[in-house]
Order: sequence, then structure tokens, then C-alpha cells
Amino acid sequence: MLTVILSRAHRVSFQRGATHLMFQDFLQYLFSGLTNGAIYALIALGFCVVNNTMGIVNFVQVDFVSLGGMLMFSALFAMGLPMVPGLLLAVIGVALTAMLIERFGLRPARSDNHLVLIFLTVGLSIILRGIIKLVWGKNRMALPPLTPDVPVKIFGASVLPQALWILLLTVVAIGLLTWFFYRTSLGLSMRAVASNPTAAAVVGIPAGRVRLTSYAIAGALGGLAGVLVTPITTLSYDVGVLLGLKGFAAAILGGFGSFPGAILGGLALGLLESLSAGYFSSAYKDVVAFVVLLLVLFIRPTGLLGNK
Amino acid sequence: MTSKQKIFYFIYLHRTGLTVTGLSLALLLYPVFENNPYTLGLTNLIAINAIVVLGLNLFIGYAGQISLGHAAFFGLGAYGSAIATVTFNIPAWPAMFLVAGMVALVALIVGIPILRLSGHYLAMATLGMNFVFHSILLQWDEMTGGPSGFAGIPYLSFGSFAFDDEIRLHYLIWGFALLALLLCLNLVRSSVGRGLAALAGDEVAAAALGVDTRKTKVKIFVLSAILASVAGSLFAHTYSFISPDSFDIFVATDFVIMVVIGGMGSIWGSLFGAGLITMLPEWMDIFETYKDFVHGGLLVLVLLFLPQGLVSGIIDNIKIKVTLRRRKNAET
Repeated sequence: MLTVILSRAHRVSFQRGATHLMFQDFLQYLFSGLTNGAIYALIALGFCVVNNTMGIVNFVQVDFVSLGGMLMFSALFAMGLPMVPGLLLAVIGVALTAMLIERFGLRPARSDNHLVLIFLTVGLSIILRGIIKLVWGKNRMALPPLTPDVPVKIFGASVLPQALWILLLTVVAIGLLTWFFYRTSLGLSMRAVASNPTAAAVVGIPAGRVRLTSYAIAGALGGLAGVLVTPITTLSYDVGVLLGLKGFAAAILGGFGSFPGAILGGLALGLLESLSAGYFSSAYKDVVAFVVLLLVLFIRPTGLLGNK
Repeated sequence: MTSKQKIFYFIYLHRTGLTVTGLSLALLLYPVFENNPYTLGLTNLIAINAIVVLGLNLFIGYAGQISLGHAAFFGLGAYGSAIATVTFNIPAWPAMFLVAGMVALVALIVGIPILRLSGHYLAMATLGMNFVFHSILLQWDEMTGGPSGFAGIPYLSFGSFAFDDEIRLHYLIWGFALLALLLCLNLVRSSVGRGLAALAGDEVAAAALGVDTRKTKVKIFVLSAILASVAGSLFAHTYSFISPDSFDIFVATDFVIMVVIGGMGSIWGSLFGAGLITMLPEWMDIFETYKDFVHGGLLVLVLLFLPQGLVSGIIDNIKIKVTLRRRKNAET
């Protein structure tokens, strides 16, 4: 009798432990999903900014991510800068590169043929990737996280400080973007171009400056994503390709061109990925994004928050 | 008309047919003069690429759509043939057509949702598709051999006559390439092709003129996928070994570069683009280090200065200059 009671009590406590563990697992997946999702959101926002002002997919976005990580690497190890100036330098560096690319790579085309412009960004992306490969080499490198890797316990789930930094800085970036688009005159003109390019041109909004700014913003967002994510992944010249493609999938999931959609799409995709990897199989983790992409295109081509 | 003028008029009238005949003759005699297996192997590779690029150019140049995922169809053809012949012991020829049929089905299923979208979504969606395909090749190793590839694919053969050396392969592969060329040349002159050209020019106008734009796009997507699949099967049977690296997204962009350099919407340009990009590494020693610069740079420069392609762009420029000079002479 006693043994039965004991074993039952034991079983109950064991079950409690199991549900507790399950909850911990879930939290763990949730955090990793949100972290990845924030990165996808940053990249997706970069895609949206350029799409809204120029009406094209900017394939170079993919390489902004790698370049961000690389510049951070050089800032830390070649120039010996501390974390914060290094981060700023990397982000600004990518933004400047992006402006150069727009000014000397895209604008001379003077074409409004989308086919030509999109292929042009493909070509520029190949060249930029080539430059990165040439300057920093083909080897995989490790970038240190912003603060030392001592896991923080949150409700039993262990979270890397870098993940918290990612979430925090993503929120800051989104805040800055909102401020820029709604509180500055340049932001206003960019919104005007996004809503109606012809009308914007008629009232005299300078198209060149708007395009240049949109590229700078896209570069800064991509660079920030690169700086933040490469300590978690590893740093290599083509690390941005996969991340960029997922960022694009996130942008489509949220409704291409919509800023809240990009953020929502990024987070949703990150969560979906980490939950599917956690509960099903991690072998096809990278495929999830594209299956989602195809499903969204099939069922609701305008995305979650699209309004076309 | 003098007899000389008559001859020129005849040539002008039948320029396409004559060029095709000339090309076929040249290809027929080529192995007589060139028996270096390495060179023949290269020209065979050009032909395989040309088949993919011809189909892709129909889709990009004529239908005005973007695909950065044709390496997936190419790979589906190659792996399809490999798995069908080695794993399931299906004879090679039926397997090739079976696989082409299945790829057509895949293209249809993927194409219907994807082609709802305009250009820029399409580019990324097809790139994503290619990425998924490549990861499946790597992950599903019990079927595809994973990263180490798939070996031991048999040669194509008629009875005991196997296409196992470069000269026999030359006739086989270029035979297929010429068939694809004829198909494309005739297709763009048919009503379907005219509808396609209208679609590339202006989708709304084409729809207003009665072109069923969505169906046409899907059809041409499927056709280009079938061509890529056949090329893939030939690739597998030629090299008897395939690995996922031949079908990744960078190969897909290379196909697009071939199309753009040959000229979007130029059938003959497709042959030129495939030839140039396939031969480039042979001509330049420094190519390995600077491959990205050469490929990307060519793409960017051609798009910036000769958006109609290297050959047709240069010919157009010369034509304009000649006409301008003639007019100037006539004025003075």
C-alpha cells in the first residue's frame, strides 16, 4: 500500500517535472525564435525601404548583412576599437557602401525596366560578395558577442546576453526608423514617394536624394543585422545569403512593402522556424522559411498585413 | 531584279533557316577537325548550358519574367535521371521523358502560385525554390547521396551503341540543343510567341489584346522547366557523376547571366551567352580568383550600357552609326 502511494506521489511529481521541462523547452524555442525573428525583421525592413522608393527587390541587401559583420570584425581586431564605436562604425560603413552602390552602380542605368534594375542588383551583389571574399578571405571567422557569453536564466530558460542585445537594438532601430519617417521632412518625402512616385515627382521631391537615403537605410539595417547575428552564427563572406533570403521571405509573409508587416513577418518566421526545429526536425530548418513563403504566395499573396 | 540581287534576297528571306543549316553542318563536321576530347567536352557543356539558357530566355526575354531558380529544374532532371536509372533500374530513355514529365508537373504546381506575382517577388521566390531544392539534395542523403554526390549513372545508349565518348556525346547533345533551338525559333514566330513578346512589352496591354497572360506565363515556365530538365538528364548521363554543387543558387544566377549577356529575348544570343560564360574560365588564368568580379562585372556593364545584350547591343550601335553617317553623306 505504502509503496503504491509512494510510487504514485513520485509519478505525480515526475509529471509535474516533465510539464515544467516542457514549458522550459518551449520558452527556450520562443527566445531563440524571437532572436532570429528580430534579425529577419531588420533585413526585411531593409528590403521594404528600397522596394517602397524604387519598386525593386534589392539583392545587394543580402551582402549588406555579411559586410556588417566583416566591418565589425575589422573594427574590433584590426583597429582595436571597443564594442560600441565598432558597432557604429560598421553600421555607418555599410550605409556609406550602400550609398556608393546606389549612386555609381544603379543610378547610371537610368532605366525604369524592372527586369534590368533587378538583374543589376543581382550583378552588384555578386561583385560586392567578390570584394568581401577578396578582402576578408573565404575562411569562417568568429565575432565576439557584445557582452561576454554568460547565459541569463529567464523562467528557467537560459538566454544568451547577445540575444537580449539583438531584441533591444532591434527595438531601438525600429524606434529610430519610426522617428525618421514620421518626424523628419526627408522621411515625409520618402513616404510620399512610396505612396505615389509620380505625384511626389510633380510636387518636386528630389528622387535622387530619396533613393540614396533609402539605400543608406537599407544598408544600415542590413549592417546592424550582420553585426548582431554573426556572433551567434559564424562570420563568412556568404553568411548573408541565407539570412537575406529568409529576411525576404519574412517581408513577403508580412506583406511586401509594409513596415509593421515586415516586423511581424520576421518574428512569425523566426518562431515558426525554431518551433518546427524544436518539435519536429532540425534537418530541414532552413527549408521552413521557403515552404512558408510558397504557401503564403499560394494562399494570400498580399501577406499578413498587405493591402493591395 | 538582277540575279545577284535575287540571291541576296533569297538569303535575306531565308536567313534563319540558312543559319540553322549552316550551324548544323558546322557542328556535323566539327569532330572531324577537332578530336581533342577536352575541347569536345567543353563544347558539349556549352550545348547543355545552351538548352537551359534557351528555355530560360523564353521565360525572361519573351515572357518578361524573372527566374533565379532554373538550376533547380536542371538539377531535378539530373537527379531524376540518376535515381530512376540507378536506384529504380528504369531504362535511360524512358526515364528521361518520365523525369521531364514530372518536372513539368512540379513546375506547374510551383508556377501557378508563384506566377501570380509580378517580377520582383518572382525573383526571390524562385531563388528560394532553388535553395530548398539544394538543401533537400544535401539532406536527403539516402536518396541523393548527399554532399558527396551521386555516382555510377549509366551512359545513354541505343542497344549496344552507347554514347560513351566525347564525339558520340557531341552528336547526341548538340542534336538536342539544335532541336531546342528550332523549337524556340519557331515558337517565338507563332501566335503564342507573339503573345509572349507582347507580354514582355506591357502586361496590361497584352491582356487587353486578348493574351491570357497568366496561362501563357505558366505555360512558358513549364516549357522552360522541361528544357532545363532534359539538359539536366543529359548532364547526368554525360558525366555519370553529379553533386549538389552543380545545382546551387550561384549556378542559377550564372544561367541568368548567360541570358542577359546573350541578350534578353534573343534566341541566337542564348547560344552566344552560354558559350561565352562556359568558355571564360578556359581563357583566363586569373579567373578563379576574380570569378565574381568577371561575372558580376559583365552583368552590370552589359545591363548599364547594352541592356539588349552584348551581340545585339553592339550590332544595334553599329547599325545606328552607319545609318547616321549615310544620312550625313546624303545631306552633304
